Amino acid sequence: MTAPDASTDRIEKSIVVRAPRGRVWRALSDAAEFGAWFGVDFDPASFAPGATVRGRITHPGYEHITMEIVIERMVEGRLLSYRWHPYAVDPAADYSKEPTTLVTFELHDAPEGTLVTVVESGFDRIPLHRRAEAFRMNVQGWAGQMRNIEAHVAGRH
Amino acid sequence: MSPVATDVGVRGGDVGASAHLFAALGDPTRLRLVVRLCRYGPASIVRLAADSSVTRQAVAKHLRVLARAGLVRGRRRGRESIWRLEPVRLEVARRYLELVSRRWDRTLERLKAAVER
Repeated sequence: MTAPDASTDRIEKSIVVRAPRGRVWRALSDAAEFGAWFGVDFDPASFAPGATVRGRITHPGYEHITMEIVIERMVEGRLLSYRWHPYAVDPAADYSKEPTTLVTFELHDAPEGTLVTVVESGFDRIPLHRRAEAFRMNVQGWAGQMRNIEAHVAGRH
Repeated sequence: MSPVATDVGVRGGDVGASAHLFAALGDPTRLRLVVRLCRYGPASIVRLAADSSVTRQAVAKHLRVLARAGLVRGRRRGRESIWRLEPVRLEVARRYLELVSRRWDRTLERLKAAVER
């Protein structure tokens, strides 16, 4: 087993939002609110450590995909983490025995509102062919978007 | 563990290379060829065609596209060529992380829009 390569194993992103930490926490910790901005329609469920939550992706072109996350940690107002199979886009594939990545959202007060940081790690353990599939999904996703735009434009004329 | 885990290569990347890689891997048959070479190692066109449901001509055509994207290379051995994966593991891993990175950018923008409303 080789050590994970820092440049390919982990991604960290952050954004400052003009809203109090409590408001952002609600958007993260409430399954329905989370689903609304994330783009997934969760089956009735609530987030709690250890819970498995499933739902349908709502993004155009991805509606046939079910997303599943397993909540790992929740620290009120500060931290939410879950595990999932990143880009688990093949409905015929069994991902259950494959490694997952860990997604961690952290909230910190910032002068303008709240600093939201997301870290996703563990990519080096994801099989290379699964990672290659993400490129195909990206292309298909775009094709789906284009079809939706075409349908939208066609409907207006 | 994938056999290419030890196959580490470094190559210069640019935006154009990404587009080639996307297009090359965006086809199910080509992706299957890459996965086949990745799992079972180098093979001839005859062998690759026998393992898949497409003709030798189609396999040859797809291999040329993959070769242009720098993903595979054919080397002549006797009367046939043996095709192998180029050491692309690191390249795929990096491009993959770019996809993930852009996806998180869009996701965080949606979170921002939702809570600032």
